[in-house]
Amino acid sequence: MAILRPAGDYDRSYRQDKRYIRKPWQWVILFASIGVVATCPYWGTPYIITTANRIGYTIIAVQGLNILTGYTGQISLGQAAFMLVGGYVSTLVVTHLGLSMFLALPIAAVGAGIVGLIFGLPSLRVKGFYLAMATLAAQFIIPWLTKHTFPEFLGGTEGRIATPVPQIGSFLFNEPARFIYITLGVLIITTFIAANITRTRLGRAFVAIRDNDLAAELLGVNLFGYKLRAFFIAAMYAGLAGALKAHYQRAIGTEFGYSLTESIVLLGMLVVGGLGTNIGPFLGATFIIVMQDVSNVVGSNFAAIMPHEMTARLLTSFRPIFFGLILMFFLIFEPRGLAHRWQLFKAAWRLRPFSH
Amino acid sequence: MSDAVQLSVENVHLAFGGTQALFDVSFNVCERELLAIIGPNGAGKTSMLNCINSFYRPDKGRIVFKGNDLARLPSHRVAYLGIARTFQNIALYTGMSVLNNLMAARHVHMKYGMLAGALYFGRASKEEVEHRIVVEEIIDFLEIEHIRKAVVGALPYGLRKRVELGRALALEPELLLLDEPMAGMNLEEKEDMARFILDIHELQGTTILLIEHDMGLVMDIAERVIVLDFGIKIAEGTPDEIKNNPKVIQAYLGEEFGAIPTDMGSE
Repeated sequence: MAILRPAGDYDRSYRQDKRYIRKPWQWVILFASIGVVATCPYWGTPYIITTANRIGYTIIAVQGLNILTGYTGQISLGQAAFMLVGGYVSTLVVTHLGLSMFLALPIAAVGAGIVGLIFGLPSLRVKGFYLAMATLAAQFIIPWLTKHTFPEFLGGTEGRIATPVPQIGSFLFNEPARFIYITLGVLIITTFIAANITRTRLGRAFVAIRDNDLAAELLGVNLFGYKLRAFFIAAMYAGLAGALKAHYQRAIGTEFGYSLTESIVLLGMLVVGGLGTNIGPFLGATFIIVMQDVSNVVGSNFAAIMPHEMTARLLTSFRPIFFGLILMFFLIFEPRGLAHRWQLFKAAWRLRPFSH
Repeated sequence: MSDAVQLSVENVHLAFGGTQALFDVSFNVCERELLAIIGPNGAGKTSMLNCINSFYRPDKGRIVFKGNDLARLPSHRVAYLGIARTFQNIALYTGMSVLNNLMAARHVHMKYGMLAGALYFGRASKEEVEHRIVVEEIIDFLEIEHIRKAVVGALPYGLRKRVELGRALALEPELLLLDEPMAGMNLEEKEDMARFILDIHELQGTTILLIEHDMGLVMDIAERVIVLDFGIKIAEGTPDEIKNNPKVIQAYLGEEFGAIPTDMGSE
C-alpha cells in the first residue's frame, strides 16, 4: 500500500523522503501530545496519572517485543521475565552501589539485555512455536532464581525487595504525578531509538530475517548475529520497562506482575496494536490497559447482580475472559492490529469528502 | 569474456541421504562470462547454486572464488565476496517496499554501526542517502520507478521477478547467480528480462551464471553452456556444440535419439 499524499506534496531529497515528520503541523501535534501527558499532574485525576505511568512503562516493554517479534519475527514469551531482571538490577545497583536511578536505568537495560542474549541462543536452531517454548524457559528459570538464590540480595522465598525512590538532589520522585516525567522521558528516548532502528540497516536486516531468512542469509545478513541483536535490544527495552516499573511501584519481586501471564498480555498488546509498526505498541498497550480497567468495573458490576456464591468467582475470572475475547476478536477481524485501522482512517481522511 | 578464471568448481560431490545430487562436477566460470547451466528437472542445477552460495556444503571437492574456498565460509560471508543470487521461487522480503528490499541488499556495503543507526546521527543518515542513490540507479535501470514505494507482497509475479533481480544487483555482485529468472513468464516479460540480463552482462561486466529451462533463450544469450543430468555433468561447450551433442539430446529425449528436438533453439 503506497502512502497517499495530497497532490503536489513531493519530497525534494532522499533525506526528506526518510523523515517521519515532514510538516510543521506534525511537529505541533507531537509536542502538543507530549505536552498533554507532561501536564497531566495538573489537570488529571489520580486515576489518569497512575494509568499514564502504567501505560508508559508498558509501552516500552511492548516496543522491545515489537522489535523482536514484530520486526524480526522471533516469538518470545519471556519479556516479563526480562522486565524482572531489569527491575532487580536497577534496585540492587541503587541500593548497594548507591548510584542514582538515572545511572541505574542503562545498567539495568544492559543487564537484562545480556540475560536476553542467553535465552536468545536457541534461536539459531529453532523457529516459531519451538522458539516460543525455548523462551518460555526464561519465564520459569528467572523467577525461580530470584526466589532461590542469594536470598540476602534478592529477597528469598518472600520474593520481593523494596526499591528506593529515585531522586535528583533533594527532589523525590515519590508519587505518580512526579514519576510521570521519568516515564515520559524514557519513553521518548526509546521511541526515538526504535523509530531509527526500523528505518536503518539494522531494521531492514531484521525484517529481512522475518520475511525470508534464507534470502537474508544468502544476501549477507548473519542470521544468528542479527537474531541475537534483536533479542538483546528487546531485553534491553524490557529491562528499562522493568526498572521503571520497580521504581514506580517501589518494590520488585515475582509477585508484582512478571509472570507468564504478563508476557502473554504483552504479546497480546502487540498483536492488538499491530505487529511490526512503530505506532502499534502505543495503540495496543493503551487499548488493553484501558480495557482491563473497564472490564474490572464492568466485571464487578456484573458480578454484583449475580447470585451471591458466584460473585467472587466471576470477579477474578472476568478480566482474563475479557482479555481473551478481545484478542480473539482482533485475530479474526483485524489481524493487522489497530495500526492498520489507523492507516485506513488516515487514508480515508485524506480523501474526504470523496471516498475514491 | 576473458580467460581469467573467477570461480572454479572442482570435483564436487553432494548427496542427500541416498540421493546423489551432484557427482564429480567440475567446471570453471571465467570473468565477465555469461554461462548457462541447463538440465532436466532434478538434475542438480539449483543444488549447484546452493553449493556456490555455501548454503549446502559439498561432501567432497572444492569451490574456489577469487582464492577463497567457499565451502569453508558461512553463507553470509559469500555475499560479502560479491556473489549475489536470485531464487527459483521468488524469495523477496514481502513485507517491505521495493525500495527497502533493494536497500536491504546494500547491507554488505553499509559501514555504520548499530549505535549510529539507532541515533540516526552523522554517518548513518549520510550513508543512507549515498546508498539510496545507488539503489535509485538500479530502479531506473530496471524500469520499476512506479512501484518504488509499493509493498512487494502486493505486486504481480513478473514485477516481483524483476524486483528480485534488482535486489541481487543492489549487492553490486561480481558474480550473479540467476536461478530460472524467466520461469513462468510470458514472451514479452521474458524478452524484457533477457534484455536486462544482457545489459547487466555487457554494460557492467558482471559474470552471470544462469539456470534456465527456455532453450531458445539460453542458446541465444549464453556464451557457454553446461549440461547436468542426474547430478553428472554430461556436456560443456558453446550453444552450437550443445545443440548437436548426442548425450544432451539423449538426456532430454530419452534413448531414441537422432532427430534434433525442435525446442532446442533451432528456429
